[in-house]
Amino acid sequence: MRRVLARFLLVALLLPVSAHADDAKQFNAQSFALANGLEVVVVENHRSPIVTQMVWYKVGSADELRGKTGIAHFLEHLMFRGTKETPPGAFSRIVAQNGGRDNAFTTADYTAYFQNVAADRLELVMKLEAERMHDLVITDEVVLPEREVILEERRSRIDNSPAALLNEQLTAAQFLNHPYHNPVIGWEHEMAGLTTEDALAFYRSWYAPNNAVLVIGGDVSVDRVRALAEKYYGPIPARSVPERHRVSEPPKAAATRLVMKSPRAGEPSWTRSYLAPSYHAGEKQYAYALQVLAEALGGGASARLYHALVLEQQVALNVGAFYSPVAVDLATFGFYATPRKGVAIADLEAALEAEVKKVLKDGMTAEEIDRAKRHMQSQAIYARDSLDGPARVIGAALVAGRTLEEVETWPARIGRVTADEVNAAARLVLHDETAVTGVLLPEPTS
Amino acid sequence: MKARAILILALAALVAAAAPALAANKVQAVTSAAGITAWLVEDHSLPVVTVDVSFRGGAALDPADKAGLATFTADLLDEGAGELDSPTFQGKLEDLATSMEFSASEDAVSASLRTITANLAPSLDLLRLALTAPRFDEPAVTRVRGQLLAQLARNQREPHYIASRLWFRNAFGDHPYARPLRGLPESIERIAADDMRQFVRDRFGKDMMVIGVVGDIAPAALRDLLDKTFGPLPAHAAAASVSEVEPNAAGSLLLAKLPIPQSVVTFGEPGIKRTDPDWYAAYVVNYVLGGGGFGSRLTEEVREKRGLAYSVGTGLDPLQHSGLILGSVATQNGRLAQSLDIIRAEWRRLRDEGPTEKELENAKTYLTGSYALSLDSTAQIAATLVAIQRDNLGIDYLERRNGLIDQVTITDAKRVARRLFDPDKLSFVVVGSPENLPGAKEVTPDGS
Repeated sequence: MRRVLARFLLVALLLPVSAHADDAKQFNAQSFALANGLEVVVVENHRSPIVTQMVWYKVGSADELRGKTGIAHFLEHLMFRGTKETPPGAFSRIVAQNGGRDNAFTTADYTAYFQNVAADRLELVMKLEAERMHDLVITDEVVLPEREVILEERRSRIDNSPAALLNEQLTAAQFLNHPYHNPVIGWEHEMAGLTTEDALAFYRSWYAPNNAVLVIGGDVSVDRVRALAEKYYGPIPARSVPERHRVSEPPKAAATRLVMKSPRAGEPSWTRSYLAPSYHAGEKQYAYALQVLAEALGGGASARLYHALVLEQQVALNVGAFYSPVAVDLATFGFYATPRKGVAIADLEAALEAEVKKVLKDGMTAEEIDRAKRHMQSQAIYARDSLDGPARVIGAALVAGRTLEEVETWPARIGRVTADEVNAAARLVLHDETAVTGVLLPEPTS
Repeated sequence: MKARAILILALAALVAAAAPALAANKVQAVTSAAGITAWLVEDHSLPVVTVDVSFRGGAALDPADKAGLATFTADLLDEGAGELDSPTFQGKLEDLATSMEFSASEDAVSASLRTITANLAPSLDLLRLALTAPRFDEPAVTRVRGQLLAQLARNQREPHYIASRLWFRNAFGDHPYARPLRGLPESIERIAADDMRQFVRDRFGKDMMVIGVVGDIAPAALRDLLDKTFGPLPAHAAAASVSEVEPNAAGSLLLAKLPIPQSVVTFGEPGIKRTDPDWYAAYVVNYVLGGGGFGSRLTEEVREKRGLAYSVGTGLDPLQHSGLILGSVATQNGRLAQSLDIIRAEWRRLRDEGPTEKELENAKTYLTGSYALSLDSTAQIAATLVAIQRDNLGIDYLERRNGLIDQVTITDAKRVARRLFDPDKLSFVVVGSPENLPGAKEVTPDGS
């Protein structure tokens, strides 16, 4: 009954969005390349006189040498510590003194830097960002205190939190051989030994215009960006950059279970993850279907798992699924759940496994798939409702190996996913016999 | 993995704008036939509309034995209303591609709705139902209670939560601001569906309501929707008041021992209310001390020079009935005392010398120049429109705001630094296992 009513509303009201999503580009971005290999993307947005500049390097923690975990992220910090033209610490001060905000982030696959500024300050931040693409100057004097900062960052993000510690161990268990095994921030004992020379060697190997993507979003024209990019980034010579030779993952042969008991955990929680294809690795033809599967199974209050485990069986307080195909190598697909008070983890786990078995045996229904797809497509509109949202989506995709065309047509590609593909994707990935399961259990404080 | 995120606690002082943004983002007051007013910024660049509504009066009005009532109620408003039970209500929101979120702060209860233009009317109809006829069905109440209790159980072992909770308890004693926003396990257990029904009847009066709308809608269409959506609400909220309060500031140092490698600290002292004529000077001075990330003295001294913390910062927290300067830092146990010494020394230097001319200029340039960066999405602009109305700053505030900051003189800044930033009143709560912290008074993490 309920569903019929909901469907009626949907058809009546959402149709224009779907039609729009099918034939339009999501962001209307434009791109060009400089002679030195720098790829440039511009997403115009003239709502307010502001712009964002993001530079994305195709290098992340999975490209680190053995024994040097954390160097990609450490270098990201050190990129703020001075160039030939800009003294240590001045970068962010100059941006702030021009009314701008800046920051940076590192993942296993990429390292990105950004500034949000008034449109008339774009030239200034392009000059600054171009300088540090080739002119970084760092010495022990700034590197050693900054190493203390990343160690404090690790304590804040990981060591002070039992859930984060368990998550780190789960990732290491999921990837037996591939460097996704290592935490992006690094293992503490290796971070403590990172040196100025390590950072400079990593910088010299990977930071080059031909290994980067520049994304500019906001109140600026493509012609203006082209002129500024030629002026500031154009003179930086291309350099030979290593291939991203990453060892690959062997088949996983056994189920893995990690249980962490901690007096610092407040409530029990449960996760399970499976190796999965990404856009670029494994059986990548399923990358879109897996996104739909994650949404239909565990995307929200109308998803199947929430209905089954939270509303009907009442064994969970919450439950959801996660999957992101944006990775250079393999991805993971997974579930998380919190048991209702008094429900044993084993019972919660059994209930979730039963739902997975149902999916494998009977599949998801066409109705569930349609609803998930429409929901995902409508979210694509909101992705444009900010200055830097589009730049982030595009940058992350391009440095992983996507084309701009693939990013732009994401809503239509989601729209073409069939129920058969979703169910085949589920059968490909959801193998409980080789999954990694994590259980966090509170212990009474003494 | 965001590496450089610096905690900037500029909590309520989020508003920023200057002339250029206004050309595109002119604020209009739109009043319906029935007399309901919303502030509107039209923007037709996307088929998206955000509607924010906020009612004055928040968790500080919760009965003493039912702390968490405002939050608990807010969490249940999208769990079924009118003829629609929770799954039906949620399914409709999803099918309309609408997000609808309710939240409570100490001083207000708010809703934020975002949808696509074509679905605005049916989405607002769901908001009307949620505000006027929420169901509080037993299964939903039980489920949300369980979720809240689990969250509290998690919070109560998190060092940041513990530090902040103990700090507010110490500062506000018997005043409602001392109580945690989301309540305590025992108070959450005590709250019944009837308490929430009463809450809705008492609090959602039109006289307490402010509305901000941003996006793809014209004033004429909005007028009609305002009456349909908010017309059925009662004209007046029940009378209620919260007493004014001065936070206790004895320069105390409390320590709650927890076996973690890094000590987490909340610190602060009496601040300033949003209505105080010195607000803008205080805002600029705070930026110099700890509100400006890499532009601030604390980040320079604690992080950049010595690597003592990943994040250190301060902010003004202007509550409706009090005012605070609050800060936080986290440092490994062995060096924590050094971080506190530096923070105290910087506090003292700021009081005694104030900011320099150059620091003042830099602060003003940043705070005025970054205005438009805070206003880049329909959601951020709508939240700003609501905050300006709640604080009675005037519909031309976006145009005046940068001028108010630019008017702060070095004399003002030095005077306000002396008036507000007192190292002897600065009170710390440390959670962790710090070494060498002389003078610390030990408390348990639950405050006893």
